[in-house]
Amino acid sequence: MKRFIGFIKKEFYHIFRDRRSLFILFGMPIAQIMLFGFAITNEINNVDIAVLDHSKDATTEEIINKISASKYFSINQFIEKESDIDAIFKKGKVKAVLNFEKDFSKNLIKDHNATIQIVTDATDPNTANTISNYVNAILIQYQSVLNKDINITYQVVPETRMVYNPELKSVYMFVPGVMTIILMLVSAMMTSISITREKELGTMEILLVSPIKPIQVIVGKVFPYIFLSIINAIVIVILSIYIFKMPIQGSLILLALESVLFIITALALGILISTISETQQTAMMISLMGLMLPVILLSGFIFPISSMPLPLQLISNIIPAKWFNIIIKGIMLKGVGIQFLWKETLILIGMSVFFIALSVKKYKIRLE
Amino acid sequence: MSDNKVIQVEKLTKMFGNFTAVNAISFEVEKGEIFGFLGANGAGKTTAMKMLIGISNPTSGKANVAGFDVFTRAEDIKKNIGYMSQKFALYDDLTVKENITFFGGIYGLSRTKIKEKSAVLVEELGLEAVANKLVGALPLGWKQKLSFSVALLHNPKIVFLDEPTGGVDPITRRQFWEMIYKAANHGTTVFVTTHYMDEAEYCDRVSIMVNGKIEALGTPRKLKEQFKVDNMNDVFLKLARG
Amino acid sequence: MSITVSNISKSYKSVKALENIYFNVKEGELFGLIGPDGAGKTTLFRILTTLLIANEGSATVAGFDVVSDYKKIRNNVGYMPGKFSLYQDLTIEENLNFFATIFGTTIKENYELIKDIYVQIEPFKDRRAGKLSGGMKQKLALCCALIHKPKVLFLDEPTTGVDPVSRKEFWDMLKRLQQKGITILVSTPYMDEAALCDRVALIQDGKILQVDAPNAIVKHYSKQIYNISAHNMYLLINALKSYKYNHSVYPFGEFVHYTDQRADFNPENLKVYLESKKLSQIVIKNTEPTIEDTFMELAK
Repeated sequence: MKRFIGFIKKEFYHIFRDRRSLFILFGMPIAQIMLFGFAITNEINNVDIAVLDHSKDATTEEIINKISASKYFSINQFIEKESDIDAIFKKGKVKAVLNFEKDFSKNLIKDHNATIQIVTDATDPNTANTISNYVNAILIQYQSVLNKDINITYQVVPETRMVYNPELKSVYMFVPGVMTIILMLVSAMMTSISITREKELGTMEILLVSPIKPIQVIVGKVFPYIFLSIINAIVIVILSIYIFKMPIQGSLILLALESVLFIITALALGILISTISETQQTAMMISLMGLMLPVILLSGFIFPISSMPLPLQLISNIIPAKWFNIIIKGIMLKGVGIQFLWKETLILIGMSVFFIALSVKKYKIRLE
Repeated sequence: MSDNKVIQVEKLTKMFGNFTAVNAISFEVEKGEIFGFLGANGAGKTTAMKMLIGISNPTSGKANVAGFDVFTRAEDIKKNIGYMSQKFALYDDLTVKENITFFGGIYGLSRTKIKEKSAVLVEELGLEAVANKLVGALPLGWKQKLSFSVALLHNPKIVFLDEPTGGVDPITRRQFWEMIYKAANHGTTVFVTTHYMDEAEYCDRVSIMVNGKIEALGTPRKLKEQFKVDNMNDVFLKLARG
Repeated sequence: MSITVSNISKSYKSVKALENIYFNVKEGELFGLIGPDGAGKTTLFRILTTLLIANEGSATVAGFDVVSDYKKIRNNVGYMPGKFSLYQDLTIEENLNFFATIFGTTIKENYELIKDIYVQIEPFKDRRAGKLSGGMKQKLALCCALIHKPKVLFLDEPTTGVDPVSRKEFWDMLKRLQQKGITILVSTPYMDEAALCDRVALIQDGKILQVDAPNAIVKHYSKQIYNISAHNMYLLINALKSYKYNHSVYPFGEFVHYTDQRADFNPENLKVYLESKKLSQIVIKNTEPTIEDTFMELAK
């Protein structure tokens, strides 16, 4: 036990004396949260749109006023003919054009049916999609007022209600994602680097030729990072609560326990990486390419898994981050308890056991 | 300056803040001489050599290398010297020929000249069989001989060698020194920095630096007589212990 | 016997690193493994310190087999790898403390053993290992390897990259450790250090050239060596190499070591030959063979 404590003490010396890594370790989560929270966002604000109004009657004017009054859009200009649409998009400022058909009011009153075409610039498909949803929402709202007035209520109005994240705040989506990335990065990359550094320095040779047991070395390496990762997780949660006013719906204790579980999975992966790499550089490359990219791309953090091609959907199942992402979203946004998350939890436990077993088996008591 | 003195150093000093790394050293090296520049780690050898090869500016003093002042003509110095160190010499992931071509190119040799020279060089070193093999696969001794030849590719006036033969087997090491003797005999000055005292025995003259100063200068034989010992190692021990 | 090595061979893929290595080291002996870089010294050290497994042959250290009893060996040996493997970001004291703890001991407990060495670096005990000179790193690494009072000490090229003063001090320290009953196996590429060992094994290209006491090794050298000097070293070497009776011509500092093929060799004849080659200031003197001469003769 004394050996083990001595080992851990040494690890903390390493960590606290490497100022640069320490800064990255704690600066990165804050920077990432801020970046995703403020800069990268799915929300739209004051998007420039143009109007092509073939009717120019009272109804179209009313709709235009409604749209321009909303904080989402500002009417940039009015154009006169269809052929201008292309030109205006090419200039790049205008993201959408509202095209009112001829005799809009008349058609609405006569046929109870009038058409607005929403032309969006889909070079940025996400924004385009959001814009058309927002315009639709405004139109539906207008329609319902209209219907009340003229008392025709047979029309079925589809209504999309956003649940769990009613304000569609993208930061709510990013916090769980960022937390997943940070925990993965800190745990897996830092441990694998710290173990391979000993190999590079040659100190691993001395450790091997000493009575210290492999398991003591592994746990000794891992322990400080469990500690640091937990601090990171706490920092992220505090930031999201106090800066982004993100409500944590579920149990904080469950969130903490699940986070520790995920940290252990990531650490086990880190050890596994260190057993197959000889230099810090290789360890870093494997961690970045082998872990970071899948975590970002395949965990469902940025791209929804359900809209991926089937092979990728299958691959996403072996990514621990996917399961953690489900768990953490469940706790933070839906407020569900373990009774809904036991399956994902079990998968993570299984993965951890597997990785640890594999790394203990692969850990060399010799140099080759 | 006389034609025969290819290195002239007078009271050359380098300060880092308050620390004097090189303290007013003076010496001269003649054309075709093998000059050993000795000292323990941290004695100031490397700092002094960096000033001589034009990559570090002296704080004060005078120095003239290959006919150029180190203060004002550093670029000209670089064109007229060769450099080989034990740590970095050749690219392991390039072949013998690619290395020669690359270093020839750096020193502005024409393509035909490089071809011509590399053929001669490969033949002289007996490297025909491995000319297209990666340098990394060669034994250490071959690499060192090759990198010395590469350092001589552009016919420099002076070649600087940084601990050239540490760890090499005794036979290869002697082949290496024979190459050095040959180069010196053809008029190239050889400036060897080392802390291996047995390498010092091979030099025409040696200087020994202790704490930034040159404490002894002369032929190995004279220094051994002066300190009444029978090898350079003991000369060094006597000097360093004061 | 403290270390026995019999017929050890080891290959990496197609490269033979060691071939039929054999020697024994007696208890309390200071044994040197002398050979250039790439001779296989480090591979052999790693086999003996249980870090590698040989393809063929067997070895024991402190009475334990290097393969089956590896755990017992790890408790009983001190190992100092080639690059002074220390934690650069830990201070002298922290490094020493760490190694003491993982060997289940304390600095205090074995202070007597390392005292001689440690007092030299103790004034700097709060300095980080990365900021030490080569000589101080070497002393610290030795302290770390000794802190658990090992029976056998393995030192892989401890004097490489260290200045002559530190080298001298280091060998003095080894002699004192030897007197305390520790068996020491040390490797070095410096031929002149062979004389400081009780016995040595000369090794090149993975093969043992000879195993014996240093003074016995030079006695095996059968030929008379001549120290020759002249006004120009390069011309002298060329002239000797083209002399048809030469057996070996090696530059040796300010002289050339020359041996002749003939039993009835007369230096005067050689002098006449050299003069005919326009050499002046010719001096030819008898000299005693060194370990290096023997090494080159055996490796030839």
